[in-house]
Amino acid sequence: MKDPTVRTMNGAIATDALIARLAQDAAPVRPAAIGARFALALVLALPLTTILMAAVPGFGLRPDLSAVLSGSPDLPKHLFTLAMLAAAWFACTRLARPGASLRGVSGAVGLPVAAMLALAVAALVTAAPQARAALLLGETWTSCAASIALLSLPAFAGAIVAMRGLAPTRLGLAGAAAGLFAGAAGAAVFALHCTEAAAPFVAVWYLLGMAVPTAAGALAGPRLLRW
Amino acid sequence: MVPIEDTLTALLRAANDGDARAYRAFLETLGRQLRAFFRNRLSSRPDAVEDLVQETLFAVHVQRHTWDPERPLRAWVLAIARYKLVDSMRLHGRRDALHEPLDDDSEWLASSSHADAHEARRDLERLLGDLPERQRAPIVHMKLQGLSVVETAELTGMSESAVKVGVHRGLKALTARLRGAGR
Repeated sequence: MKDPTVRTMNGAIATDALIARLAQDAAPVRPAAIGARFALALVLALPLTTILMAAVPGFGLRPDLSAVLSGSPDLPKHLFTLAMLAAAWFACTRLARPGASLRGVSGAVGLPVAAMLALAVAALVTAAPQARAALLLGETWTSCAASIALLSLPAFAGAIVAMRGLAPTRLGLAGAAAGLFAGAAGAAVFALHCTEAAAPFVAVWYLLGMAVPTAAGALAGPRLLRW
Repeated sequence: MVPIEDTLTALLRAANDGDARAYRAFLETLGRQLRAFFRNRLSSRPDAVEDLVQETLFAVHVQRHTWDPERPLRAWVLAIARYKLVDSMRLHGRRDALHEPLDDDSEWLASSSHADAHEARRDLERLLGDLPERQRAPIVHMKLQGLSVVETAELTGMSESAVKVGVHRGLKALTARLRGAGR
């Protein structure tokens, strides 16, 4: 973002010249619709995510989807992924703006996580000891987290692009928020495929799947988001 | 930045409505504020101050749509200024770390003053060596070691008046010799 014509001059004179030039660019400025940018990133990413899910063998929407959506034991799973998506969206809108307060962000992210973990613990405690392994591992634990991470890729790209168009000043956190946003989007789409409903399974493998893009975003943020 | 914040806020609001004069006044006022801000934090690199003022002004210009007019301007501007400051420190820190670590610097200064003192002592000893013993001994004991006339007289076996005369004439001779060397 450096302007070469100004960088060649030195000192306060160059600063005055810069000010004079910038003042010429004065024009009505509409405050950025930050929330809408991330929503747009999601909307643009979803078709790609769906194509990705259809392209990978064994993926695809589960056949009994309409029954699932009209109220079923895995309603908490869908609520969980959507709540995570909303919380991550909120975190992104805050971290994209210099000096914005982060109050409420950790609560918004922590609440659905805590709720899901509580459901998981309750399910494990009330289950018969020999049934607990099945609640945790289900039938697809080997592929669940990796699938969510894979499906998060389109939204990851979208969220990073959206973030780059704004002005994050805490790049690690901003990257993590963008990664969580992508992970939650991937999980929300994956939930339409996945037939697991047990709370312990969702709490462990869905969270792990979301943690992968979150960690990737936190690590790559300082590089990808620098401005 | 507290007292001027209201002025700056009003100016940027007007500027974002398209008022070019307000925008220019905003940038000029902000530039002065930023210069003070960076000067306070970059006392070791004064040459970097103006660069950072310009970079921050440019960033404020490009990102002015990310300011929410309902939120305090101060927090927004400070976050950008700090971001640019940390970014610059990280870049320069990395480069400086290769060339002049702080610890080595102070060590170098210490050893250098030590060497200077050593050299000065050798010069003094050479000068004193040229003096006759009845002048050299009183000067060494009284002026370098800080003994009294009585102590010096006891140590050297000279009379007290001879010690005083020796110091007086010896210092005079040294002064004359240093003047001669300076010419």
